[in-house]
Amino acid sequence: MTLSLSIQHRFPGFDLDIAFDAPAGITALFGRSGSGKTTVINALAGLLLPDAGRIVMDGTVLLDTERGIALPPHRRRVGYVFQDHRLFPHLTVRQNLVYGRRFAADPPGPGQPDPDRIIDLLGLRPLLDRRPGALSGGEKSRVAIGRAILSCPRLMLMDEPLAALDEARKTEILPYIERLRDALSLPILYVSHSVAEVARLATTIVLMDAGRLTAQGPAAALLGDPSTARLLGLREAGAILTGRLAAHEADGLSRLDTAAGPLWLPRIDATPGTQLRLRILAQDVMIATTRPESISALNIVAATVADLRVGDGPGALVQLDAGGETLLARITRRSATTLSLAPGRPVFAILKAVSVAQENVGGGT
Amino acid sequence: MLDLLSPEEWSAVVLSLRVSFWATVLSLPLGLLTAYALARWDFWGKTLLNGLVHLPLILPPVVTGYLLLMTFGRKGFIGQWLDQWFGIVLAFRWTGAALAAAIMAFPLMVRAMRLAIEAVDPKLEQAASTLGASRLWVFATVTLPLILPGIIAGAILAFAKAMGEFGATITFVSNIPGQTQTLPSAIYAFLQVPGGEDQAARLVLIAIAIAMLALLLSEWISRAVARRISGA
Repeated sequence: MTLSLSIQHRFPGFDLDIAFDAPAGITALFGRSGSGKTTVINALAGLLLPDAGRIVMDGTVLLDTERGIALPPHRRRVGYVFQDHRLFPHLTVRQNLVYGRRFAADPPGPGQPDPDRIIDLLGLRPLLDRRPGALSGGEKSRVAIGRAILSCPRLMLMDEPLAALDEARKTEILPYIERLRDALSLPILYVSHSVAEVARLATTIVLMDAGRLTAQGPAAALLGDPSTARLLGLREAGAILTGRLAAHEADGLSRLDTAAGPLWLPRIDATPGTQLRLRILAQDVMIATTRPESISALNIVAATVADLRVGDGPGALVQLDAGGETLLARITRRSATTLSLAPGRPVFAILKAVSVAQENVGGGT
Repeated sequence: MLDLLSPEEWSAVVLSLRVSFWATVLSLPLGLLTAYALARWDFWGKTLLNGLVHLPLILPPVVTGYLLLMTFGRKGFIGQWLDQWFGIVLAFRWTGAALAAAIMAFPLMVRAMRLAIEAVDPKLEQAASTLGASRLWVFATVTLPLILPGIIAGAILAFAKAMGEFGATITFVSNIPGQTQTLPSAIYAFLQVPGGEDQAARLVLIAIAIAMLALLLSEWISRAVARRISGA
């Protein structure tokens, strides 16, 4: 399941020229507002006809302007979750959910999502007989996601599905999207301008700026790379690493095994053995050249400096290699000089805060 | 009720209802198409079509009636053809009254429907198309249900207008009791006869009752539909 795309389109005062491939899993299309993200997915869905371009999905040509091919939206089998939900107000939640099914390939094959399973996966059962007008923002998001999946798409497009929601609702939806990513083997193109969301969900990241591709790669590599971290925004910069929940300890902490060494976090609500994705913000990492003694921080890992990027300001971004995992630390230039940090130097990273996103909810698959 | 009205009065009421019913029902599909074209499509001559549709609203009804007589009369270029090939005669028949009423009511019907279509968010239709619905399906399953209140409002407005149509009707099909004498024509005829005021007054009351009933019905239906759509 892969997608290959190349689009050129000229708007008055804005010029889009981008090409990238998206493998299975979640590909995050990341960039500031106005960088052309929505244009890209509208072109994918067939809602916008670009001046020139070629889009191939699993061997099926959706668009090839040179050969004069442009499938209409209803024949592209692309599940689009709109930022503004766009639920049909005159239909119940159940009718909204099954709207696309009658158009899906018949007879229903084994690869098609089962409505009952999706309804349970998204927690929609209590809402089935309600109408969209009576739903909260978070509920609407879930219905929109379910409706797109049940149209049996070959590709999911999600245009900032969480942008209109408050933090509590986002926390409510994120696990559902994670479950979908893990339960369905279809590529998801996820538009976002929130690094936190991208860090939590993305397998691959495509960075866009002013209609151009600025960087592309696996999420962990891109988020741990000091040069792309700048593009993501320094405040939000931070690496992700994977760990396995090893044990719950008696004093209320949970131990995690990572390639960088064991980490202790406040009790995590999951069964031992669960794979977890951890995000460590660059500004939450301190660097010491000797192992600190008598310090309250629990999580100290040995690492070597892999790269050092000094910006225009007083700050510097340090990329650390800790047992094969990448960490990012944001320190001052003065500290970098005082500690004489340079690639290859062994150091200790003190992690002040680690946030957790579960890879597999309930330890499934 | 039957005893209250003379056979002549009764036949005028029934004829008016029949004329208005057919005028409304038969112009619905064309009205919807016209409204959709004006609301959504860009084509050459759009302004002209818009003007043509609205013309009966602005022209003196007697002019519309005269034009109808010229085109659909037995000697008119369409009327002649209809008579020769299909044996259909409209002038001085109740069918002609229905045509006159339909044309006079058409602008009101189209306006109501057009407003409803313009109020539909095209984004919802886009969403339906990404879910696999072809244009026709999108129209049938999204657009049509959403504009239903507008269609109903347009139909009832058209019916009410058809019930009251007088000038074009009397010009085109005259005022033949039992054949082309609608409610307004009958009221007019009674007022021309000394001592006919009582009969006219009874018909006026009936006209008011029918109009009120139509309005209440439309209000009730569009409320029910709106409730269904808003999901409250």
